[in-house]
Amino acid sequence: MKLHQYLLDAAHDWPERVAIQELDGSFVTYGELDARSDRLGDRLISLGVRPGDRVGFWLHKSIDSVVTLFAILKAGAAYVPIDPTGPAARNNYILADCKVAAIVLEKRFEPVLEAHDAEGWHPTILAVDEAGGASQAHAALARNFKAGASLTASAEGTDDLAFILYTSGSTGRPKGVQLTHGNAISFVEWCAKTFSLTSSDRFSSHAPFHFDLSVFDIFSSVKHGGTLVIIGEEVGKQPYELAELIADQKITVWYSAPSSLSLMAQFGKLNSRDYSSLRLVLFAGEVFPINHLKLLTTYWPHPQYFNLYGPTETNVCTSYEVRTPIPAEQMEPVPIGKVCSHLEGILLQADGAEAGKGEEGELCICGPAVTRGYWNLPEQSQRSFVEMRGKNYYRTGDIVREEADGNLRYLGRKDRMIKKRGFRVELGEIEVCLYRHPSIREAAVVALADDAVGMRVHAHVVSKEGRALSLIDMKTFCSEHIPIYMIPDRFSFHSSLPKTSTDKIDYQTLKIWSGS
Amino acid sequence: MTDQSATMAVVKAYILEEFLPGEDPALLTPTTPMVSTGILDSLAMLKLVAFLEREFDIPIKAHEADEEHLNTLEAICELVASKRSLVR
Repeated sequence: MKLHQYLLDAAHDWPERVAIQELDGSFVTYGELDARSDRLGDRLISLGVRPGDRVGFWLHKSIDSVVTLFAILKAGAAYVPIDPTGPAARNNYILADCKVAAIVLEKRFEPVLEAHDAEGWHPTILAVDEAGGASQAHAALARNFKAGASLTASAEGTDDLAFILYTSGSTGRPKGVQLTHGNAISFVEWCAKTFSLTSSDRFSSHAPFHFDLSVFDIFSSVKHGGTLVIIGEEVGKQPYELAELIADQKITVWYSAPSSLSLMAQFGKLNSRDYSSLRLVLFAGEVFPINHLKLLTTYWPHPQYFNLYGPTETNVCTSYEVRTPIPAEQMEPVPIGKVCSHLEGILLQADGAEAGKGEEGELCICGPAVTRGYWNLPEQSQRSFVEMRGKNYYRTGDIVREEADGNLRYLGRKDRMIKKRGFRVELGEIEVCLYRHPSIREAAVVALADDAVGMRVHAHVVSKEGRALSLIDMKTFCSEHIPIYMIPDRFSFHSSLPKTSTDKIDYQTLKIWSGS
Repeated sequence: MTDQSATMAVVKAYILEEFLPGEDPALLTPTTPMVSTGILDSLAMLKLVAFLEREFDIPIKAHEADEEHLNTLEAICELVASKRSLVR
């Protein structure tokens, strides 16, 4: 089975039911979503897209972007979502890295698109006026298409690639996590069993499509014949507006990073509206500050709450149901819970031995939802797995401990990756960006926990002329190379950076300088 | 000093003190983007709106606390001016 089978089934069972709705009231039914994605899928095939190809879409979140995503799957290709708010240089790198066979994009992005005839790569470009509820993709430019190198996909295989999600890479370049139809289906089926989803559910689509949370939103909603309510990028960060739309749109299933819920609890005026429709609140991507979670559950005492944990490489791999009310004396964040029933997990210590109960170890996961690896990075892919008991386990890099009740507790990272607003941020990628600045001689970045926003990133910089640089210049420069959530919150300028005895940057001292 | 330039001076001084400590004031121009460059993050935008409401005694709607209205000093001053004309 393939992922778009969920849409074919829904269109057969509930053709008149509203599938996707935007906040301005525009919508498509399942019948229309199926027909429109068929037409665009046929168009992609006629332009040369073949099974096994990758197709990028550079559109803002909309009915059209969901149509496009299903059209790409129906054409037998894998979709590659491009962040419409991301820097053009990064987006162009992603499209070139996985050598998309075609790009569906809004016309406003055409001037910054750098797809050209480099190294035998000739993507077809389909431009739409503006992605929304009513527009249709049409071919604006049909370039000399040549099929990509990896035409290996079979017609029906769940092992075929369904999408590639790019996440922050420590070497300064984003890396593409490859997920197959089977990977995503095993997760969606686990969700169906765990959350008792139904056709009367109204799902929030808060996460951007390049973020793995969107896999739950889109495919769970379509599998169950529910309605997916698209929340655009412009509203996604505004706590008052988000709180208002959850009530107004009668959202029943909410899923986001904790930071959005945290801001809503503080600034959303949650006591002023009726939230009786909301029955399930899911959060994932970072630690939820316990005081804000307590506040949220005070305003919304009735829904079920789940803390979901998992990297893009496995999607959700552990879950914990939060019991409410949360005791006032509880000061620790909630645990990440137990390994999901469709997966297996082990904890590995630094010496490669399995950790015992109560001991710390790196969480490693195997099972049908786990990625096959990163696009075009065979060595990095290999390093990310460990073979134990004849099975290949993905190494999450997260250090956890199993508590007496069997729940896993997140303790921290073994490397320099953090989560900010739910997004993965490799501090090394920020440093690579800073080193590109012509006035910077040395740069090192540390992250510190912050009660209000989860994590704050602090850049310590030595300029070539030994003086402080303009913050405006620093932030503007960063915004041209990395996504906004990766831009450091603070900059400090020094005459030199502290070093260890082996002449490496002394991050522990930098953390003390940052006020840790 | 016109209303508009007085507003800009007050808002600029607040942003420099609160979010850009140590910055050369000359580099914060009426058209410097602030939201799209991360100078103002979500929390900073909420703080800025609370400041504008208090300082100029104007109500700002939640949907106006966004990039379109707060990205530059120019946009912020236009927002303040439009609110003041309603209050008067």
